[in-house]
Amino acid sequence: MIEFKNVTKTFTTKDGDVTAVSDVNLNIDDGEIYGIVGYSGAGKSTLTRMLNGLETPTSGEIDINGDPITALSGPELRKKRQKIGMIFQHFNLLWSRTVIQNIMFPLEVAGVSRSDRKKKAQHLVDLVGLTGREHSYPSELSGGQKQRVGVARALANDPEILISDEATSALDPQTTDEVLDLLLEINKKMNLSIVLITHEMHAIRKICDHVAVMDDGKVVEQGTVFNVFRNPKKQITKRFVSEEVDPALTDTNSIVEDLIKSYPDGTIVQLVFHGDQAKLPIVSEMIHKFPKLEVSIIEGSIHQTQEGSIGSLYLQINGDKESLDGALDLLKKMHVETEVIHHD
Amino acid sequence: MTNGSYFAFHTVDWNNMGAATWETIWMTVVSMIAVAILGVLLGLLLFETTGSQNVGVKVLNWVVSFLVNVFRSVPFIILIMLLLPITKNLVGTIIGPTAALPSLIVSAAPFYARMVELAFHEIDRGVIEAAESMGASSWQIVYKVLLPESMPALVSGATVTTISLIGYTAMAGAIGAGGLGNLAYIDGFQASNNTIVLVATVIIVIVVFAFQFIGDFLVRRIDKRTL
Repeated sequence: MIEFKNVTKTFTTKDGDVTAVSDVNLNIDDGEIYGIVGYSGAGKSTLTRMLNGLETPTSGEIDINGDPITALSGPELRKKRQKIGMIFQHFNLLWSRTVIQNIMFPLEVAGVSRSDRKKKAQHLVDLVGLTGREHSYPSELSGGQKQRVGVARALANDPEILISDEATSALDPQTTDEVLDLLLEINKKMNLSIVLITHEMHAIRKICDHVAVMDDGKVVEQGTVFNVFRNPKKQITKRFVSEEVDPALTDTNSIVEDLIKSYPDGTIVQLVFHGDQAKLPIVSEMIHKFPKLEVSIIEGSIHQTQEGSIGSLYLQINGDKESLDGALDLLKKMHVETEVIHHD
Repeated sequence: MTNGSYFAFHTVDWNNMGAATWETIWMTVVSMIAVAILGVLLGLLLFETTGSQNVGVKVLNWVVSFLVNVFRSVPFIILIMLLLPITKNLVGTIIGPTAALPSLIVSAAPFYARMVELAFHEIDRGVIEAAESMGASSWQIVYKVLLPESMPALVSGATVTTISLIGYTAMAGAIGAGGLGNLAYIDGFQASNNTIVLVATVIIVIVVFAFQFIGDFLVRRIDKRTL
């Protein structure tokens, strides 16, 4: 359990004080993957750097399993840091060490004996799928492989928490998914809490349970990934969610505009389905009940999150007002979120 | 007499030449070992005290930095004279290869210290931070991160320093420190024997090339950044 209590961090610069993190309160439960999303400069990196004492909060407290990390310093803090693994955007491996030597680094720091170091590191090499590459140098590895070394190194001292600081931001989409799958696998296998900082909603949707959206140093919205995706409240969250749920949103908008032009009498509605709703024959039932309606599909997509699927569907409906109102009522009854985009 | 000829090789006393070569190499290697140790310590001190908010540390950085700059800017030949009393106290004599060591070290150590500081600054901040986040102590960061990660730069810096030290030994030799510089000056220049000067020059060039070769070879061996 990680608790951020009224955490504020202010940096003093030549141009005056800059508040990087402002009055943040967060609870992260054991074994969950907690996403923190925001654009650059939102304060998410500073927030997590305070989690392992690389920065100290100006005010407030951070507790890890009841111990305030903010009160620690010197050897105690270093001891605690060994139990907080961290992976980085640019991997931060030592180029002078081989894969296995890099993984042994935190074990050396912790004073683990030579034979135990070797055994543990070899086990981790196997765990992250780098068997056979243990004696390669980082310069011989691809980005994805380097991040696997980073993950193995972060896990070496059996951490209580794993912090991922934009760890997939320098990777291509496919490698990003591989690393995210690895994190999810580790989370499930070891019941390890993961704090995932990112600016990609894709990473949040794919593996996180909870998400906090940060803007200008504040947590503006938080909740389960499912709820935040289903019902984003703040403008910034809507932007993040729309980027992810519908990367082709701009395309759709232009199609909708075209359709409005070509069928000025039609009604265009957006339906959002959650979880099992996506499996129900809702549209076909609507057509059966109101046979006078002409329905055509403009665009549709379904996305999987950790809690279930979210689908979105754009329909163009032509027909008499009575049938149309009836259809909209039916959708409401079935708890499908309906938004009428254009009504003549 | 040789009449100013460069090629009267029968006039060369090869035993003397061998002994002088050995003295040059000895002065270079012994002073370089001391310079390496001192330079790394000074460079580390400069690196660690840079950018601190603490007033005491700031003053320390300023003082060390100032001394390094002063000794780097004193011409070597003047530094020898400046250090004569200290050398006499320390070594007991101002003649011979051992007497050259204090001035060689004092002149080259600040030069190397700056290179060491630069090498440490070239290390990616993120790597040092990663080590910190794993709970490494400052000392562990020094010998597990700073030194190994900057090793190619440290070695190539040491090569450059060694080569300038060879030049300094020749200069020190001219005022009595022994070695090839001394031989070229006394037996060559003062005795108007150009052959000796030429041979001493060729040997020094060979020694320089040898050190350069060894340095380059080592750098290639330890640098794993590009394979």
